[in-house]
Amino acid sequence: MEGVLSILVGIFFAVSIYLMMSRYTIRIMLGIAVLGNAVNLLIFTSGRLMREVPPIIPVGELVPPGPTANPLPQALILTAIVISFSFLAFLLVLAYRAYQELGTDDIVEMRVAEPADEDLPPVSY
Amino acid sequence: MAFEFGGGLNLVLATPFAAAVVAPYLKKALGHNSAWLLAMVPAGIFIYLCQFIGTVATSGHGVNITPIEWLPYYGIQYSLFVDGLSLVFALLISGIGTLIILYSGGYLNGHADQGRFLSFMFLFMGSMIGVVLADNLMTLFIYWELTSITSFLLIGFNHKEERSRRAALQALIVTGGGGLALLAGLLLMYHAGGTMEMSELLGKGDVLRDSSLYVPMLLLLLGGAFTKSAQFPFHYWLRNAMEAPTPVSAYLHSATMVKAGVYLLMRVHPVMGDTALWTTILPIFGGVTLIMGTWMSLRQTDLKLTLAYTTIASLGLLVMLVGTSNETAITGAVVYLFAHALFKGGFFMIVGTIDHEAGTRDVTRLGGLRRAMPFSFYAAVACALSMGGLWPFIGFIAKEEIYAGLIGTNAPALFLTLTAVLGNAMMFGAAFVVALKPFIGEAVKTPKHAHEGPVLLVAGPVALASLGLLSMLFGDFVGAELLRPMANVVHGHHGHLQIGIGAVHVNFAFMLSLMTIALGVGFYFKYEAIRSTRGVLIRFLGEGPDSFFDIFIAGLVRFSARTVRLLQSGNMEVYLAATFATIAVALLVPMIAFDELPDWPTMPDLYIYEWSTLGLAVVGLYALLVAKTRLTAIVSLGIQGFAVALIFLLFGAPDLSFTQFMVETLSVVIIALIMNRLSLKEHDKRPGPQIALDASLSILVGLGFCLLLMSVTQGTFNWHLSEFFTEYSRAIAHGRNIVNVIIVDFRGFDTLGEIAVVTITALCVHTLTLGTGRMARKPKAVSTHPVSLDEATSGQKGAE
Amino acid sequence: MQTLIFRTTAPFLAALMILFSIFVTLRGHNDPGGGFIGGLIAASAFMMYGIAAGVQYVRRALYFHPISVAAFGLVLSATSGILSLFEAQPFMTSQWTFPTIMGVEVAISTPMFFDIGVYLVVMGSLTSIALKLEEE
Repeated sequence: MEGVLSILVGIFFAVSIYLMMSRYTIRIMLGIAVLGNAVNLLIFTSGRLMREVPPIIPVGELVPPGPTANPLPQALILTAIVISFSFLAFLLVLAYRAYQELGTDDIVEMRVAEPADEDLPPVSY
Repeated sequence: MAFEFGGGLNLVLATPFAAAVVAPYLKKALGHNSAWLLAMVPAGIFIYLCQFIGTVATSGHGVNITPIEWLPYYGIQYSLFVDGLSLVFALLISGIGTLIILYSGGYLNGHADQGRFLSFMFLFMGSMIGVVLADNLMTLFIYWELTSITSFLLIGFNHKEERSRRAALQALIVTGGGGLALLAGLLLMYHAGGTMEMSELLGKGDVLRDSSLYVPMLLLLLGGAFTKSAQFPFHYWLRNAMEAPTPVSAYLHSATMVKAGVYLLMRVHPVMGDTALWTTILPIFGGVTLIMGTWMSLRQTDLKLTLAYTTIASLGLLVMLVGTSNETAITGAVVYLFAHALFKGGFFMIVGTIDHEAGTRDVTRLGGLRRAMPFSFYAAVACALSMGGLWPFIGFIAKEEIYAGLIGTNAPALFLTLTAVLGNAMMFGAAFVVALKPFIGEAVKTPKHAHEGPVLLVAGPVALASLGLLSMLFGDFVGAELLRPMANVVHGHHGHLQIGIGAVHVNFAFMLSLMTIALGVGFYFKYEAIRSTRGVLIRFLGEGPDSFFDIFIAGLVRFSARTVRLLQSGNMEVYLAATFATIAVALLVPMIAFDELPDWPTMPDLYIYEWSTLGLAVVGLYALLVAKTRLTAIVSLGIQGFAVALIFLLFGAPDLSFTQFMVETLSVVIIALIMNRLSLKEHDKRPGPQIALDASLSILVGLGFCLLLMSVTQGTFNWHLSEFFTEYSRAIAHGRNIVNVIIVDFRGFDTLGEIAVVTITALCVHTLTLGTGRMARKPKAVSTHPVSLDEATSGQKGAE
Repeated sequence: MQTLIFRTTAPFLAALMILFSIFVTLRGHNDPGGGFIGGLIAASAFMMYGIAAGVQYVRRALYFHPISVAAFGLVLSATSGILSLFEAQPFMTSQWTFPTIMGVEVAISTPMFFDIGVYLVVMGSLTSIALKLEEE
């Protein structure tokens, strides 16, 4: 079971990285969205898989009667999902604002922080 | 007995730093007269240190002060120790410091930043006393670097002038770089000697000398000492340091800080000196510095530069003498060091007074000041007599001892003697140029109408000049209680030293003295001729290393700029490719190199709906990859997201599944909102090779994660933590949903950080969009006062 | 998107979703649910209402600025951890009390307030982002 999920995780990573290596911000954003899922699945799978038994203790019991899915990766992923979403929203707004200010969504043309033809620093004290 | 007042020394050493904090406020309250009050601090330290004189002189060994532990595991602590050598240094620093603080009060009278100046001076004073009293090698190093830093601040005091800034930076780079060499050397000493305490190292005999690391250790220490003490070819920073106000030159750059290098050499001499390497390197560098310095000093017209070069020369002489490892020569060096601190400090202050009162310190524009400034004149003559080594001043004894120690029949001794005689003769000439030229002869019109300086300016030089004579009158005390214990520490055993008016012996050394004086008089009269000589060598000696510094700095700036340009090309694609390539290498190479590839997974028995969910994810991803329109992209993004949510649901994670469903819905909406404005190009325009490169890179990374996950899942899983949560979720946290219990209870602190991140992203989005959108189009909204949240909202309402 | 039907039903739908989100949050300790999910549901409710009726109505309905709501949630979560300090226990040790209100035993605990804080943070932050984007 984990083997198949591993291959799926590999595909998720490959697709997200291919999208991120695009020149256009919107595809990079899509890549980042996929990357979040890829990482979440990675954590989920590495905590081992268990079909259909959620880590919930039935009423009246002190511990689950039988084996359940691993709760630890679930707790980690739950917060990660929300964080990666708010992060994605921030990046989207950032990309949009960059587009507004710079008039381009091509990252090769975005050279404000590192201009291509910058002079060497002056030699003085 | 000594330990009883020993602990107080730590406290006493803190007072200069405290004074540094107080000084600006005191100056603001009292004006330049605050110097009288502030001078009490070094004076107090001086008196406090006097208590040690008897103990140190009679016991013959040092007094350890109760240390303050810092990193005991590495032997690093704050520890001090007082012996003959450090005591004389500390007395000089605090004693001259008292006079200098007074002098600064007069010299910078009316300067807007006088308070800051005094503050820096106290910082330096505290650091310098720390250097000489430090026992632990790290304590020594920290104080050593502090003196470099305070020297930087003081040289750059007139920070609005580029020359000052350059000189300050140069001093910092040279001495700070030397400090790093010193650190390495000290660590080697620790390694070889097994202890961080200097006082313990000194008792180890030949351990350091016999160490296999002796050569690098010595060279690194010399790197620190030579830069600090401005030995050729590092002398230029001291010349340029004359940009600093004169009190700084008098204090740091003649009497105290530049002697730190000599102090270090004297300090380690008993355990590291007297080897072939020591007696070769030190005399050569010292001798060259001596001759170069004195020669250059005669060529200057600026009195301060003349003095600066004689200081360089004197430091060269001291290094040369310590380098001989000869007992008498070292005694001579000790006496000379003492005498030099007195006469050179005084000299600098006199030149400062001339500069202050006459408006220039160019010797060609000065003359006949003896009537206008009588005290300065007498003080200058007294200093010159001591510097020239004339009876009855302390400089005389120093010179006699030096010659007595150097005289020998073999070639090196003869050579060193000649060097010393020549150097001293030129020094004699320079001394009298400074002491006589501005004062005698016809009165020359100076930029300011010259008159004697106020008492704050005159007290210092007069006191120091008279000390040159007084120390001879009280020679028994100075010799037996101060300088002999100091010399004993340096050469490691008890020697003899006689100081006093009557200590004149007509011997071979006396003959050399006479010869020196005769030559010196000649140099004095040939002064103008020497100044006008020209030559390649002279120009090289004078300016060579200095201009090399400029080349070095320019090269450094250029090199780092080019390196940055190379590594940070500004091309995002390169950054990303480099990052992902690194990830791929980090994932794949170790797995292949250590043969830890996972087994190929067996065909799992998944249900059909599980297969179709996985298939749905793959389809969504593929569609996203090839999407040509906005709608396809958004829909396929949604598909893969919901597929992930289904996977969570199938494998027992309903919480995750719900969250993922909600998040995917919101993502699709938000991306749709943004995408309306950003263009999704019909084709992701990448040239063929680029596609191949990107694709292979992403496949490699994907493969890396795939294989990593396979190996991980094929290994055994440590259920310890999960079992803990499962077991105690109900029992102690009263919750049946274990995932939720982990989030809000077991790992609540973690969650607190995470919701803080969520809030911050919302704030970031809010600020990013402030002043944009419809609001910004209304000119009124972009007003001068910041728009508050409420105003932003109401402005929004108004625009609707 | 501002069709008449959608615009008419949106307030009721949103109210229902928010009610549901509170329910999901409060049951979270024992059954699937919790502050994160609840917050997401509430945020999507406001977002939907914004798309249907217009952002200004959402802002009016919310009364507080969504970021203030998020900040309040953050403070609530943080302070719920401080309570244990008064009991001389480490920060964030959970405190429980089981009072009987109208004949029903109710569990009141610091993790509950913590979870409500999470709910408010997620709801406030994401609503703020969504409304900003809808305004643009």
